[in-house]
Amino acid sequence: MNILRNLWLRLIAPIDGPLMLMTALLALVALGMMASASPERIPNQLMNLLVALTVMRVMAQIPPQRLMHFALPVYLIGIFLLVGVALFGDISKGARRWLNLGFMRIQPSELMKIAMPLILAWFFQKHETMPRLRDYAVATLLLLIPLALIARQPDLGTAILVLAAGFYVIFFAGLPWKVLIGLAVSALAAAPLAWGLLHDYQRNRILTLIDPEKDPLGKGFHIIQSTIAIGSGGIFGKGWGLGSQAQLEFLPERHTDFIFAVFSEEIGLIGNLALLILYALLITRGLMISAYAATLFGRLLAGAITMIFFTYAFVNMGMVSGILPVVGVPLPFISYGGTALVTLCIGIGILMSIHKNRMLVQK
Amino acid sequence: MEFKNPQEELERFRHRLGIAGGFVLFCFCLLFARFVWLQIVQHDYYQTRAEDNRISLVPIVPNRGLILDRKGEVLAHNYSAYTLELTPSRSRDLDKTIDALAEIIDIQPKDRKRFKKLLEESKNFESLPIRTRLTDEEVAKFIAHRYRFSGVDIKARLFRQYPGGAFASHILGYIGRTTERDEEKIEERDQEANYRGTEHFGKTGLELRYEFDLHGVTGFEKVEVDAGGHAVRTLTRSAPVAGNNLTLTIDAELQRIAEKAFGDRKGALVAIEPATGGLLAMVSVPNYDPNMFVDGIDTQNWRELNESPDKPMVNRALNGAYPPGSTFKPLMALAALTLGKRTPNQTISDPGFFNFGGHHFRDDKKGGHGLVDMYKSIVHSCDTYYYMLANDLGIDNISAFMGDLGLGQRTGVDIDGESEGVLPSQAWKKKRFKKPEQQKWYAGETISIGIGQGYNAYTPIQLAQAIATIANNGVMFRPHLVKFITDTRSGGKRLIEPSPLKTLALKQEHIDVVKNAMVGVNTEGTGARAFAGAEYVSAGKTGTAQVFSLKGAEYKEHSVKKELRDHALFVAFAPADKPTIALAVLVENGGFGAQAAAPIARQVLDYYLLGKKPKAPAPVDEDAVEAEKE
Repeated sequence: MNILRNLWLRLIAPIDGPLMLMTALLALVALGMMASASPERIPNQLMNLLVALTVMRVMAQIPPQRLMHFALPVYLIGIFLLVGVALFGDISKGARRWLNLGFMRIQPSELMKIAMPLILAWFFQKHETMPRLRDYAVATLLLLIPLALIARQPDLGTAILVLAAGFYVIFFAGLPWKVLIGLAVSALAAAPLAWGLLHDYQRNRILTLIDPEKDPLGKGFHIIQSTIAIGSGGIFGKGWGLGSQAQLEFLPERHTDFIFAVFSEEIGLIGNLALLILYALLITRGLMISAYAATLFGRLLAGAITMIFFTYAFVNMGMVSGILPVVGVPLPFISYGGTALVTLCIGIGILMSIHKNRMLVQK
Repeated sequence: MEFKNPQEELERFRHRLGIAGGFVLFCFCLLFARFVWLQIVQHDYYQTRAEDNRISLVPIVPNRGLILDRKGEVLAHNYSAYTLELTPSRSRDLDKTIDALAEIIDIQPKDRKRFKKLLEESKNFESLPIRTRLTDEEVAKFIAHRYRFSGVDIKARLFRQYPGGAFASHILGYIGRTTERDEEKIEERDQEANYRGTEHFGKTGLELRYEFDLHGVTGFEKVEVDAGGHAVRTLTRSAPVAGNNLTLTIDAELQRIAEKAFGDRKGALVAIEPATGGLLAMVSVPNYDPNMFVDGIDTQNWRELNESPDKPMVNRALNGAYPPGSTFKPLMALAALTLGKRTPNQTISDPGFFNFGGHHFRDDKKGGHGLVDMYKSIVHSCDTYYYMLANDLGIDNISAFMGDLGLGQRTGVDIDGESEGVLPSQAWKKKRFKKPEQQKWYAGETISIGIGQGYNAYTPIQLAQAIATIANNGVMFRPHLVKFITDTRSGGKRLIEPSPLKTLALKQEHIDVVKNAMVGVNTEGTGARAFAGAEYVSAGKTGTAQVFSLKGAEYKEHSVKKELRDHALFVAFAPADKPTIALAVLVENGGFGAQAAAPIARQVLDYYLLGKKPKAPAPVDEDAVEAEKE
């Protein structure tokens, strides 16, 4: 008995209670929605969850100092694989995102969501002295190289997440406000130029956002149907398993990117509020961990990872409810799909590790 | 190491964390506001839209009403047949699917063409027939292979069928696939909802005129559908109500005998029940087979029908306008009596011609009929008598009287597209012609009007109505085909038989004079040969309408081309004392009325009054030629 008990204690030793609780609650919501929207996927989702939690536990075990050593190699491997995708990638649904390694297909851009904050946090840790503008410029370059590779696949959703991840690190590292505002202004000025660089399907998504009714059976269909689902849910929802939009297949991608619409339709505004609070708590916990982290690397990494969770949640709920264009961003911890779940759990694991090791160096 | 204040830096970092936290809060509030907007403020709107999405009304097309003859014989009905149908929205590659189908079921190029045409006209999610009338074997074959085809189904649909084939086709008409013009009619009637799912519409005949009675009430099934338009389950169902049945005044057997009596000749026959105006038979030959139109007629058959010189698509009974020839004479006699221009016994001397303004109007009989009174003028069809009479009456009197009898105007029979014919008068001529010198009515033109030639042109149904009115002693009815409409829901019968249109201001003694003379026609006059040995007393009048103007030369039948030969006419009613049937027969290019038309009338009357069925088409009585000339 004692052995088992010890094993259990050792297993949960690096686990952070509040983070674990929030993750578990979100995973339960995911399973509940999956049971309503496409129950046949539950076994798979359980499998994914098991893998993701294992990875989380492993990551929680690795101290931030060790993690720092991985930063550069992981980043370089990521770049290498992205170039590989550009040259030899499989095309699926009009985009070249996958790399077939013979025994498995991987999506290297997913790796970048972790590799990006990792390398930048590492970089700023290296230049811990008051960072100079030059350092920010180098950091930006580190950000832009993989970003360009991902954007041209094209994969707007991942590009936005990677960009956000990188930006958060640079922001937390203390990018001067003057530069920040300057960047914002020039970004606005460059918007028409960027429009020209966008792919047709990306432009359509933005146009559809502005007026989805223009093309109700074509490009606007997803947004119209998901806003109908949300709106018809009302305050208390139609009840679990009773969402007509979801159950009658009006909702596209209802187990992946649009699962929030199912949730909203069946659980209603009350559910949405609960979900927002859950995410807010998770983010608060993450920011707290960041605030008390031992090193600059830990702080930056924890802060950026937390804000990525936020970005996932905000972009997904925003697009499903029709205030953001449709980009392929899943609802964190809830949308079906192993890759995103593993990535997110790596993030949780890292957060746990940073929290666990908050005192060590300061001593 | 450069100067650095870790504490200050940490503070600055935490400050930025705070900003990030604030941003998160702001964004989440934004989302929440959006949810409140959608789920509280706009909730009703989206609720409705979700309902609209979810529920689809699937129409259930009602059974079209039957058409029955007066004795209950079915003339038009529906039968259920299997069709192979394809839903384009559910099929990935239509051509491939059809190719694959063609391997197990016979699909002709014309089926593909028809399908393509339907595809262009169809709405989304509709299933369209690629093959109709599958055999049981084909159905079984397809079901065995069904798993291979998505969006392909066997459906049982109702098809209209006219069991008699070409029989009575001009009465029944036909239905065909709904066109835009039909849709306009549906809109005019505010029937769009009731026609959802209906793919056919009456095109001609009774099928067109009684379309909205025959159609019935479309039922609806409220079904829950998914985004692909597939029904998931039925919520509620309202059953369709079959269309109302039409029971006709037509006697199918009489109609059949009348059609056969024509043999392969062209022409028309209209038989009316004088006491009601109900049409007992309405023949226009040649016929066409309306069954060809139900699934959509192919171009070759269509062209043949339309380009045939025999014009099988024209309903001669309603749309053929012919000079009435001598059948006009009893009507003229009645006009003379009524207007006081002649007495029955007043005689004229017939030298064989009538001279007017230096022009000889010839009588058929060389040397003339001698002394002729009204009786003799009708029995022997004396032209000179009527030349003179016409001259005495004047065109306007003739036109007014004939107009009262319904000539030159639509009878109002319950089939669309009836022709007016031509009732000549001064006013008509003014309207008809443009040049002033043509607009003037010349007194000489009145002369040939008197014997039913000249500008006179009436439809067979008008002639039949006029004769029926005389037979009925001046009480006039609107000729009609539908006796009553049976409401399928209540079983109640709605009578169509009208009350009399009007009673003409005629004296019975005048009518009797004319009737008596018409009896004479069939006993001792031009109709005597055709009615020799009849076991009933009938009244009749032969007539011959000139197609070809002879310009003074003598008409020699065999020297004139067939299509320029005269039209043969015959009008009759029987039994003479209490008529139950009145009719008008026209045989195109049949020659003299006594030759070609009277024998047809005899067969029809024999069946109607005695139940005698003829063994062969009515004979042509070549010898009757002389009889008419006597």
